[in-house]
Amino acid sequence: MERIVFYILALIMIVFAVASVTSRKMLRSVIYLLFVLCGIAGIYFLIDYNFLAAIQLTVYAGGIIVLIIFSVLLVHHIEMELEIAKTSKQILTTVSCLLGLGIFLITIYSHEFNVIENSLTTTTSEVGTKLLSYSDGGFILPFEVISVLLLAAMVGAIIIAKGNKLTDKKDNPA
Amino acid sequence: MIKALSITKGIHDWLYSSMSENMAYLVEMILIALVYLAIFAIAGLFLVLIERRVAAWFQLRIGPNRVGFQGLLQTMADALKLLSKELTGTEKADKFLYNLAPYFVIITSLMALAVIPFTQDFHAFDINIGILFLIAISSIGVIGILLGGWSSNNKFALIGAMRSGVQTISYELSVGLSLLTMILITGTLQLSEIVEVQKNGWLIVQGHIPAIIAFMIFMIAGTAETNRAPFDMAEAESELGAGFHTEYSGMKFAYFFLAEFINMFIIAAIATTVFFGAWLSPFGITESIPILGVFWFLAKAMILVFLMMWFRWTFPRLRVDQLLTLEWKYLLPLNLMNIVLMALIVWQNLTIQL
Repeated sequence: MERIVFYILALIMIVFAVASVTSRKMLRSVIYLLFVLCGIAGIYFLIDYNFLAAIQLTVYAGGIIVLIIFSVLLVHHIEMELEIAKTSKQILTTVSCLLGLGIFLITIYSHEFNVIENSLTTTTSEVGTKLLSYSDGGFILPFEVISVLLLAAMVGAIIIAKGNKLTDKKDNPA
Repeated sequence: MIKALSITKGIHDWLYSSMSENMAYLVEMILIALVYLAIFAIAGLFLVLIERRVAAWFQLRIGPNRVGFQGLLQTMADALKLLSKELTGTEKADKFLYNLAPYFVIITSLMALAVIPFTQDFHAFDINIGILFLIAISSIGVIGILLGGWSSNNKFALIGAMRSGVQTISYELSVGLSLLTMILITGTLQLSEIVEVQKNGWLIVQGHIPAIIAFMIFMIAGTAETNRAPFDMAEAESELGAGFHTEYSGMKFAYFFLAEFINMFIIAAIATTVFFGAWLSPFGITESIPILGVFWFLAKAMILVFLMMWFRWTFPRLRVDQLLTLEWKYLLPLNLMNIVLMALIVWQNLTIQL
């Protein structure tokens, strides 16, 4: 049963991933990308990583895709189509993609992956405890580093949004 | 994962005895999905009728009372009419996205319905991150609105969609944070366990002051999330025609319409579960009769639905800037302070346990 669900999800993800890069309408590719991301969330649900699945849905499907849709809505008219790249560029992209895929496959097949019979569901409190623990295997350092990054991003966003207003005040003290 | 009602126990056993395990599992899932679809349709139509009757009551009219007893079949007739209507569309619309958009809205609200605990047994998907799942799902519904507005190729629809997007993204924050405040007491995200915690008193009593603040923020933000008046600039009739669904007709329009009402019910149901003890009866008076859980759940949810209708018919519509000021300058700081207050109360064991 799980195997069938996995293959269905994998098929959905591959089809929509290909559709996403080949579609010439911008918003359609965004929606295909959304389906791919939902498929990934589905895989997480399948292996009982519920927390990660919900985060995937909130952050990627609900957050990032909505932001991309917003920017498309602002700049893109419904009748516009994306242009087709030059043949030389197409060939270059194909070669580099195949190369990347080859490296992935070689890595996957040259290493042994142990199948863990994992029937335990990770609870949110375990995730939280790990994030704030500073003993072995704790994630307090990356957690703090990411929060500093977030702060920097917020400051940057405010600077960009305020734009000239910040500098104008300094120049004209009146 | 799938708990069946005790009434359906017989069906469950019969399915597993008459066919292979995988097949029975599949059939059972399809049956549950059909039950939820039926609930979705009936509840949606029923809520539309209630809304019209309540609106009429507020405006000193009578409202629909001709089709069936007290107009009970009115919305059924409306649905039949909408089914038989021609599906029109604009010539230069993006047909694929235009047709896809209503399903986004409807599927997300259906998925949200699945995690709501109607009673101890009537709970389709008791996932261990219930509330997080609800927040995640509700953040996807807005994509349907944005798509519908854009692919209609109509400027009113586009403006409506943009407004709706801005509104939903901002108010999602308040919904999430106010629920997080309550998580501090329960210590779990699983909805069935949240109900379990409330056997010592509903959370709004246990958490007293911060819980009441969180409840008020949740109701305001929830009303905004469903795009209902006074936050209905997404479909402000006087400015935008019908907003993002201007170009939709027939059943596709009905999908948006039904989903809006179901979302209202979902917001009320989440509030019922998190603040008012879901299917628990007040002071445990009917604890010996578990079947009455549905009654208590629906009664509480309906009171909250009535509250949202009351909002709709008494408050004037906000402007976009007022709406964003309310969220970012008032609700959000209040919410953050409220979380700290709740953390202090939980830390000092100041919760009220009955």
